[in-house]
Amino acid sequence: MTETEGRVYNVAGQDWDEVVAAADQAGDRPGEERLVVNMGPQHPSTHGVLRLILTLDGETVTELRPVIGYLHTGIEKNMEFRTWTQGVTFCTRMDYLSPIFNETAFCLATERLLGIEAEVPPRANVLRVLMMELNRISSHMTAIGTFGMELGATTVFLYGMREREKVLDLFELISGLRMNHAYIRPGGVSQDLPPGALERLREFLGVMPGLLGELRALLDANLIFAGRTKNVAYLDLAGCLALGVTGPVLRATGLPWDLRKSQPCCGYETYEFAVPVTDTCDAYGRYRLRMDEMDESLKIIEQCVDRLAAKRPAHDPVMINDPKIGWPAQLAVGSDGLGNSPAHIAKIMGQSMEALIHHFKLVTEGFRVPPGQVYASVESPRGELGCHAVSDGGTQPYRVHFRDPSFTNLQAAAAMSEGGLIADVIAAIASIDPVMGGVDR
Amino acid sequence: MTGENLPEQGSQPAAAGQERLAEPVARTGMFGTHTTGDTSGYGGLRVRRAAVPASPRPYGSYFDDLADQLAGGLKQPGAGFDDAIEKVVVDRGELTLHVRAEHLVTVAKVLRDEPSLAFQLCLGTSGVHYPWETGRELHAVYPLLSITHNRRVRLEVSVPDADPRIPSLTGVYPTCDWHERETWDFFGIIFDGHPALTRIEMPDDWKGHPQRKDYPLGGIPVEYRGAHVPPPDERRSYS
Repeated sequence: MTETEGRVYNVAGQDWDEVVAAADQAGDRPGEERLVVNMGPQHPSTHGVLRLILTLDGETVTELRPVIGYLHTGIEKNMEFRTWTQGVTFCTRMDYLSPIFNETAFCLATERLLGIEAEVPPRANVLRVLMMELNRISSHMTAIGTFGMELGATTVFLYGMREREKVLDLFELISGLRMNHAYIRPGGVSQDLPPGALERLREFLGVMPGLLGELRALLDANLIFAGRTKNVAYLDLAGCLALGVTGPVLRATGLPWDLRKSQPCCGYETYEFAVPVTDTCDAYGRYRLRMDEMDESLKIIEQCVDRLAAKRPAHDPVMINDPKIGWPAQLAVGSDGLGNSPAHIAKIMGQSMEALIHHFKLVTEGFRVPPGQVYASVESPRGELGCHAVSDGGTQPYRVHFRDPSFTNLQAAAAMSEGGLIADVIAAIASIDPVMGGVDR
Repeated sequence: MTGENLPEQGSQPAAAGQERLAEPVARTGMFGTHTTGDTSGYGGLRVRRAAVPASPRPYGSYFDDLADQLAGGLKQPGAGFDDAIEKVVVDRGELTLHVRAEHLVTVAKVLRDEPSLAFQLCLGTSGVHYPWETGRELHAVYPLLSITHNRRVRLEVSVPDADPRIPSLTGVYPTCDWHERETWDFFGIIFDGHPALTRIEMPDDWKGHPQRKDYPLGGIPVEYRGAHVPPPDERRSYS
């Protein structure tokens, strides 16, 4: 396991001539001039801490090797030492641009292990869909914004971030946090919509189409943008399937594969929306596809708002009606600014000793999950986000593994870039839209 | 009366009871605590770990079709369905095929190439470490997806910790490249035939495989207002 093939160079200093001489003789064409460029891990256009090692022949990339792991924080291991409910707080931090999807995938897996999928209240499912689609917009806005910035268009970045901010404001209003929400919980969601949220959502739905139009006007027919993205980073359907690539990159090859349609969760089958496709297989097609997806997300959000407005929360719970699993979810903001459930506190502190014990056990010990393993998945902005969860019957996950789409899609970077120009590497990486928090977990 | 009240030898309930007692103990006591006294009166309780039984036919859903088609595709002598598949488990609406390591590549090829199966996508590799399963401690799990038929199946391979070798699936599903590197990094499973099985998440010179159950989580106690909070793996746990 520890033996290494061939001679080892430590590059420890005073040995540069030796290393260069050895590098010159290595590879397919020994003696010919090659340039090995290290890009990252701290580089503004590598989308976080991604390191690329490029071998160049002039300006042509002959070899690209991504190096990852700089953001590995052991989230999967840490989750094995917390309860199932606490696990949400960890996994939301993986892919920090799509926290709601991480939470949903984990909660769907937990619910399937518990066998309570059908008992999640309908209002909780509508809220999950609402939050996921809002999240899809904020994630795509970041993707397109950074795409623009990495190609040198800072206006696009500012527009993208400005629009994303609108979604983050809504997240703050609804969940209390702009990122890392821990809003989706096993059995439902942590709390219902606060007063005034529906109006703010309607306002958002009113302004977004115009703002998307502004971005389109800026990019769709932009000569420089088209020149940098059309026929760049080509990856066809066969390549996508072999490399396991899903999400916008796959749909940009013309295959309308979207888990929201093919294997719907959270009641996606009851919403009207289309799955946009483009068939150019290039970076430009992926950009157009993300814009179209945001239009569809707005349609879904509109339907969610109508459904949420139709019923009063008092008759429509957002957490499963099972005191062994559900935490109190009818919260109000206290004088300390924290969310609490005054009715629940009055009951456990004033009326029922047993309820107090029960609450204490539910929160500190957690609930037991029957042994077994499941794989649950959602269509995240970047592709199929899967959660493989194993329980041994205890109150903590025995093993949780996330199949993060960024991790898998990033493997395609070499296939997209090799043989192309070095400038197109930037466009290729940006069109994959990897989030290193999700890649490394 | 003595002797009359005992269950009949070989009767089903008695056999089931014997079988249950032979299973490994998952936890003792009511709360699984070891540091302080368990005052609940359940200190002698022994909760056993139930083995996962193989599911009998019919499996339900599309699972029977899938098993038949896979059996039809596995025609080579010595690599038939019963040789390659140890156990079929249907649990919570999901199908798991426990594949013998030496037949993994053949099974994956049939699942990918047979038009009636057409599992085009492999969704990676996930390792699981079960230290109590002597001789099959390390498991690798491969979820597969068929876009053509909108079906899912899970392959599971188990290998002993003493010789953790599984043939690599990179030849059938190139996407397994990084996933197998991750599983090697975290669990120490060696994927034979992988083009470059190196660490991917941990630093190159890291010692040990951190996701295994015998690898500690680590951490330091934290002081908060004079009290010390122990690291998560040293706190009282309930399972």
